[in-house]
Amino acid sequence: MKVVVCVKQIPDPADPGALDPESKTLKRDTKLILDESDSYGVEMALQLVDTAGEGSVHLVSMAPNNEVGGLRTALAMGAESATLVSDEALKGTDALGTAKVLAAAIARSEPDLVLAATESSDGYTGTVPEMVAELLGLPSVTFAKSIAIDAGTAKVQRQTEAGYDDVECPLPALVSVTAGVVEPRYPSFKGIMAAKSKPVDEVGIADLGIDAGAVGWAGGGQEIVSVADAPAREAGEVIEDEGDAHERIVSFLEELKVL
Amino acid sequence: MGLDKIWVFGESNADGDAVATITLEMLAKARELADTVEVFMAGDGDDFAEELGDHGAETVYATGDLDGGMQGVAVASAVAAVVAEGDGPSAFMLGTTQDGRDVAARLSVKLDAPVITNVVGLELDGDSLLGNEPIFGGTVDVKTKNTSGKPGIFLVRPKSFAAASVGGAEADVEDLDVPDLGAMGSAKVTDRFVEESDGPKIDEATIVVSGGRGLGEKDAFAMIEDLAKTVGGAAGASRAIVDAGWVPYSMQVGQTGKVVKPTVYIAAGISGATQHLVGMKGSKNIIAINKDPEAPIFAVADLGVVGDVHKVLPKLIDALKAKG
Repeated sequence: MKVVVCVKQIPDPADPGALDPESKTLKRDTKLILDESDSYGVEMALQLVDTAGEGSVHLVSMAPNNEVGGLRTALAMGAESATLVSDEALKGTDALGTAKVLAAAIARSEPDLVLAATESSDGYTGTVPEMVAELLGLPSVTFAKSIAIDAGTAKVQRQTEAGYDDVECPLPALVSVTAGVVEPRYPSFKGIMAAKSKPVDEVGIADLGIDAGAVGWAGGGQEIVSVADAPAREAGEVIEDEGDAHERIVSFLEELKVL
Repeated sequence: MGLDKIWVFGESNADGDAVATITLEMLAKARELADTVEVFMAGDGDDFAEELGDHGAETVYATGDLDGGMQGVAVASAVAAVVAEGDGPSAFMLGTTQDGRDVAARLSVKLDAPVITNVVGLELDGDSLLGNEPIFGGTVDVKTKNTSGKPGIFLVRPKSFAAASVGGAEADVEDLDVPDLGAMGSAKVTDRFVEESDGPKIDEATIVVSGGRGLGEKDAFAMIEDLAKTVGGAAGASRAIVDAGWVPYSMQVGQTGKVVKPTVYIAAGISGATQHLVGMKGSKNIIAINKDPEAPIFAVADLGVVGDVHKVLPKLIDALKAKG
């Protein structure tokens, strides 16, 4: 069984980031790391292959400047190989353009199953997995809590507002994975060393048959027309707890007449 | 003079017996922007035609029973067929929900039009719409215009607009024909499970009490649930402890979880990461308890307590219980 996992390499979320005033895109001049959301998909893929007793996990990523730091982390967890799409023309690419690139890269692997996070921790559009599924002509299930493969069918528990749904989906299919549902493994020292020599196939958009006009700002079909500071919410009273802070909270709640 | 026509994606609530609040919120905004407001949805439109009409929808286009099929691919395929016939709207509004995101994403590919996401405001700009998306924890507003020449697709965050009844007549219900979906339509729901929960729902509660990494360990979340129960509120959580597996995703407050706007929001052991602030800074009053005086949560709190949640919360719970 061949599983492809979409992984995003993002700036450290602890850094608040900034917009490039010229391109109005997020600055990505810092070191990129594996999006924690994607580590759940990688873990789930590794477990599915382990359970099946055969198969491999392949990564697909799109990142500027040939960045592979995040990919190496996922390779160190146990993925076998990776495809990185890196191209100057990709700067400013929106969710739809990203999906077109990822779908083209994934199609080369002809996977049985494609996994992705439900959304990235930086862009938060939460639409790329379904776009990829549509472009590849695949059935899809989003917000998976668990996945089991049985006789060519994915059995998925899909998180819902009220609980969860059992969903069955024949392979090949795309499933997006909710964060927190498995414990991503820490790469071992052996895994980290092995990852250094695992194959990362770096390709440009021309290699995928994608025209530069279909991606980047030119292909976005949208335009940022203004960027402005939002009205700030004023900070209120701040007190130090000296053993009686609970009393101030109670009186505050009483003032609001919610008790 | 507004747009000619907007289509709002209709969803039902978790119990399936009423229209989802997010749908009613979008209808209120759509009425300001367009001459005609219509709803498109999966399932049986008849069940909701009265409530949707009351909120200003003139027509409900409904797929009928999908036989367990996923909504995203079915609704998007049906809508794309309508657009191809030249009968589509000027713009689509969908809620940032699981199914709303699925429909928007698949529709985006079918129409080759972008989805403008995380929208909390919409305004007219000539014959187009601008979507307002807050970034960096809501400190910066970005306005984005659809320039694709196709209908705009906007994913709207819950609680962005106030729902309002206009006393309209029951909406007409029309079929939304789903074409043959082939392999893409082969994912089917085989069973549904409802996890019972006590107390008010997190996005409807007057008081929300949320816990974060500062609780230190999973068991300490019991204090959050105890406090929430004591004040008749709902318990929530930061993404950090949802990702850590302490509590289920359904409790997550934030950009990728629930957006809440209660009368009082109590953040305990939450530093105030961007993702969390986006989901709760619309609360009327915010109380924050955190050990770190530099925590970003204090910048938005009406009452900030620099202290250890393990010391403050037990005393607070006892004091509130003593008041009865």
